[in-house]
This record gives sequence, C-alpha cells and structure tokens, in this order.
Amino acid sequence: MFDLDRWREIFQSINKNRLRSVMSGFTVAFAILLFTLLFGVASGLGNFFKSAFADDAQNMMFVRVWKTTKPYKGLQTGRAIQLKNTDYNYITEEYEDKIQYQSARVYKNFSIKYKNDASSYSVTAVHPDHQFLEKTIMDEGRYLNERDLREKSKVIVIGRLVKKDLFGEKPALGKRVNVNGSSFLIIGIFSDEGGDNEERKTYIPISTAQMMYGNNDYISQINLGYNPNLSTDAAIAFGKKVERDMRKKLNIHPDDQSALSVRNMAEANKFVSILMFALYLIIGFIGSGTLIAGIIGISNIMIFVIKERTKEFGIRKALGATPGSIIGMVVQESVLITTLAGYFGLMLGTYILSAIGNSLEEKYFIKDPTVSPGIVIGATVILILSGLIAGYVPAKRAARIKPIEALRAD
Amino acid sequence: MIRIEKLHKSYPIGKDSLHVLKGIDLHIKEGEFVSIMGSSGSGKSTLLNIVGLLDIHDEGDYYLNGQLIKDLNEKKAAILRNKFLGFVFQSFNLISYKTALENVALPLYYKGMNRKERLKVAMDYLDKVGLKDWASHLPNELSGGQKQRVAIARALVTNPKVVLADEPTGALDTTTTDSVMDLLKDINDEGMTVFVITHEEEVAEQTKRIVRLRDGIIISDTPTKAAKAL
Repeated sequence: MFDLDRWREIFQSINKNRLRSVMSGFTVAFAILLFTLLFGVASGLGNFFKSAFADDAQNMMFVRVWKTTKPYKGLQTGRAIQLKNTDYNYITEEYEDKIQYQSARVYKNFSIKYKNDASSYSVTAVHPDHQFLEKTIMDEGRYLNERDLREKSKVIVIGRLVKKDLFGEKPALGKRVNVNGSSFLIIGIFSDEGGDNEERKTYIPISTAQMMYGNNDYISQINLGYNPNLSTDAAIAFGKKVERDMRKKLNIHPDDQSALSVRNMAEANKFVSILMFALYLIIGFIGSGTLIAGIIGISNIMIFVIKERTKEFGIRKALGATPGSIIGMVVQESVLITTLAGYFGLMLGTYILSAIGNSLEEKYFIKDPTVSPGIVIGATVILILSGLIAGYVPAKRAARIKPIEALRAD
Repeated sequence: MIRIEKLHKSYPIGKDSLHVLKGIDLHIKEGEFVSIMGSSGSGKSTLLNIVGLLDIHDEGDYYLNGQLIKDLNEKKAAILRNKFLGFVFQSFNLISYKTALENVALPLYYKGMNRKERLKVAMDYLDKVGLKDWASHLPNELSGGQKQRVAIARALVTNPKVVLADEPTGALDTTTTDSVMDLLKDINDEGMTVFVITHEEEVAEQTKRIVRLRDGIIISDTPTKAAKAL
C-alpha cells in the first residue's frame, strides 16, 4: 500500500487517462454531495425542532388550573380551581426524587416607573428555581435567591428590554423602581433566547407578591423540571401521575382536563424524537440508495476501464506481473479516485450547507444544517469501502484474463 | 534449457476438442538459436505459449532450466516468466502511455528493483539496441523497427535464460526485418538462447536450427546453412 513505485504507476495511469478518471470521480463526488446535503438538511430540520423548544428547559412540566367542567362528588361544574402554597409543598414532598427544579408562578401586570418614565410590564412572582426552568440568562447582577424569598424582600429582576425602555444606556443595577406604588431594588438584568416578549418581563419573589397583593397564599401555576435522569416514557408517566394525584387532592373529576392539566415537555420531546427518527430513517434510505448508485456507477466505469486496459494487463502479466499485483493496482487506483472525489463532494456539500446557514429557517424550517463528524467519518469509511468494492470486482476479472487472450485483443 | 517430452494440448470447441499439439518432443540447449516454422494452424503459437508459460499443456513433461513445469499457479508462472523468459511479440505490445525507457524498465519493476537502478539498467539496454536518444519518446513516436528494438531491449532487461520471439518481423518491412534479425543474432552470439516463431523462410534461414511443425507434430528438425557455415 505504501509502495512508492506502485503509487507512481497509479498516478501515471490516472494522469494519462484524465477524462476517464474525472468521469468516474464525478459519479462518486456527486453521490457524496447529495448524501451530505440530505443529511445536512435533515439535521437542519432537527435543529429547528430543538430550537423551537429552546426557550424553556427541555424537562419542563407545568400544572395549570381553570374552572371545572364536570361535576364531581357533589361539587358543581364551573367551580374555579385555585392552587395554593399547600399544593406547591405537597408536590415538593410527594415527588422529591423525581423533581429537579420547582417554582410557582403568580402573574401580575403592573406599571413600573423610573423617574418620569413609566410603562406596564408583566411582573411574574416566582421561586429561585424559575431561572433554570425558564432558561433565564443573567447579564448583570443576580437572580432571586432563597433569602429574598424568606425575607420577602422588595427586589426585582428585569428583562433586558425593560432596562432599555426605562434606563436606556444608563446603568440600572442597584437603582430603585416604583412597582405599582412600592419601591423595588433592581438586583439583576436578564436576557432570554425566547425572544423580545420574554425580555420584557420582570420577576419578583413569590413570597413578596403574596404578602403585598392580597395577603394570601394563592398560586397561578406550578412549574416543574422533572429529573433529567428519567427516560422520556418515565417522565410522561410521571406527568400523568401528578395530574391524577392533584385532581384527587383538589376534588376534581379524574377526566376534567379543563379544571387541572399538566403540560409535559416530555410528550413534545417524544414527538420530536419520533419525528426525527422517521426523518433520519427516510434520509438514511435515500442517502444510502444514492451512495449505492454511485458505487455501481464507478463499478461500471471500472469494468469499462479494465476492458480498455485488457491488453496492458496482458503485457504486464507476460512481463511478470502477478495477478495480485494487477488487482492491487486497480483497487488502489479505484480507492484513490473514490476517496479524492468523495472528499471533494463532501467538502462541497459542507460548504453549501454552511453557506445556507440559517437563511432557510423562516420559510423551510431548516436551521444551521451541518453534517456531524460521525456522519463524515462514516461517509469516508463508506467511500474507501466502495472504492475497494468498485475496484475489486472488475480487477479480479482482469487478473483472471490469460495473458495470451489479452495480447490477442487488438 | 528447454526440454519437452510427448507434449499434448487440446482446446475445447463446443462439445468437441481440437487436438493442436500431438506429442511434441523438443530439446533446446543453452545458447541455441532456434526457429519454429509452420503454416497457420500448425500449432506453433500454441507451442510458444506453453513454452512461454502463458498457457498450460495437457499431457507430457516440460522442463524449463531443469525445472519441471507442473501445476503452476498464476503467481508462480508470473515469477518464472519474469525470471527466465523475455518476450518479443509481433505487435510489439509496448504500453502506450509509457516512454521507451519506462517500457524497458517495467519487467524490472515486477522484479522489485528500485526505480533509480532499473532506469539505469533500462538505459543500458536501450543503448545496446541503439535507441538511447529515443528514451523519452512514447511508442507512437517511434517507427515499427524502433518499437521492436524497444521490445527486444525490454525482453533482455531482466537478463533472462530464453528470449521468445513470436513472429518478431511479422509487422516489419524487409530492411527493418534484417536489422531486427541482426540484433537477435548479436544477442545469440553473446550466449542467449533465442526461440523464434515465424512463417517466413528468410527469417528462419538466419537462425541456426529450424524445427518444422505440421498439424501438431514435428516433421523436420535441421540445422540451417548459417549454422553449418560456422
């Protein structure tokens, strides 16, 4: 394989038959190009699906309540369900080992005022874990902590755009704003991948909100991050169990979706992963079909090439070439052409994919299409193997030709 | 050098078989210059192919350089050809995309000699056939006579035991025929065993021994006038 003379023979043969070499290389390059583009587009679709849920933690579940629509245990329909701190604590105690993060939410809309600028913003009262559930990114300062919660501090974390509205380019951290008549200290400024709306939000400790606005222990919604070690199926089962248990606790009909429901990201994740699996299956099928067509193409060309070179092989054999050396030469030439051409196709494909980038995200849901290193390595191995196969079959035949027959072929 | 005893060879043609060689006995000593004469279909090409290890015989014994040729696989045959035999063909059989020098050096490549050395040896042999100045030319830039001389240089380059020439002058005109035959004679004079197949009387006359074949058997085996003159 590393015989310099052999390589010299091969380069001479390729060089003296450029058109033929280019033609056979083209088949392979084209097959690999299509293969790369197919897998790139598939991964682009996958990236889009993943990023569609990137706003929140992938393992998020939320417990939401509304009004009953079914009578249950003598209770009428149309009864409004209210979650309270006891429900929050019940979940904490009951499912401790299945929960990674937990936060309640209370939604408010307040006017926030700094000096003479004022605007209405969504003020969400939460627990410290909410940062991880919502994937809030702290740009400055810190998020809410347990101490804020314990001391019912009047502190607020504001979104990047809230800061921009009220403070412009001036620093906001450590300043005080007026929230619905009370003075709050800005302890942090955040950004969020979920888009502008998410960055126009503010967060305050839930204990502070409950004390200040109504002096009750009401909760609008409970958000959970299930233990990421749970399998998707286990996480779905866990969501169903929380739903059942909570309905039982709050005297809701077991089938009353409207009164209490658990929305579980695991179900969406499962859907996406099934979808991606199906997509990769289809792409894999088409992709390998393309590759096989490429291999057959080069095999055909090699058969033709060998027919054309029958006489040359006959001469070589008469001069002392062993069948093995003929096979070796043809196979090596074929592997070289397939590998080089395939590599060219791969590079071209990768280049096209990187040129596409995110430009197709809006219309075609293709985001950052790339081929993974695994696919690249796999394709390279397939290339070398296909070169081997494409060369070996006709080479074997070439080596079997008797020199006298080959020499007679004029 | 070459000893053949009761050699038979048939080719299958459909259900029947064509009996081409019907018991050939031939003994060629080292340094001989022998021509095989016969019309087409007499079996002379078949005989050359068997002697040249390009084909296998059915019956009888063939000794090349004292070695019994039997049950030879392709690889062993290739190695023996490379080691003991040099070929000269009617249609020259040079590789078209290689220069004269590279064509001559090719058998040495299969012998495993390194490039520098084999190009040097090949150049010596090209010089010997008077084509040193044509070393870098491709075959299609050479005349028929020149091509055949390149082929002869190629046949000699491994310093074989026997040079086998199959109608070496078949594609040449009278003048070039003479120059090629002179070259073969020179080689023979240096001690090389030369085995020529031809159907031209004038060519055969220039060798030292003529073996005539007809219908697969030897009908005569006589020294030529050239040999008697010595």
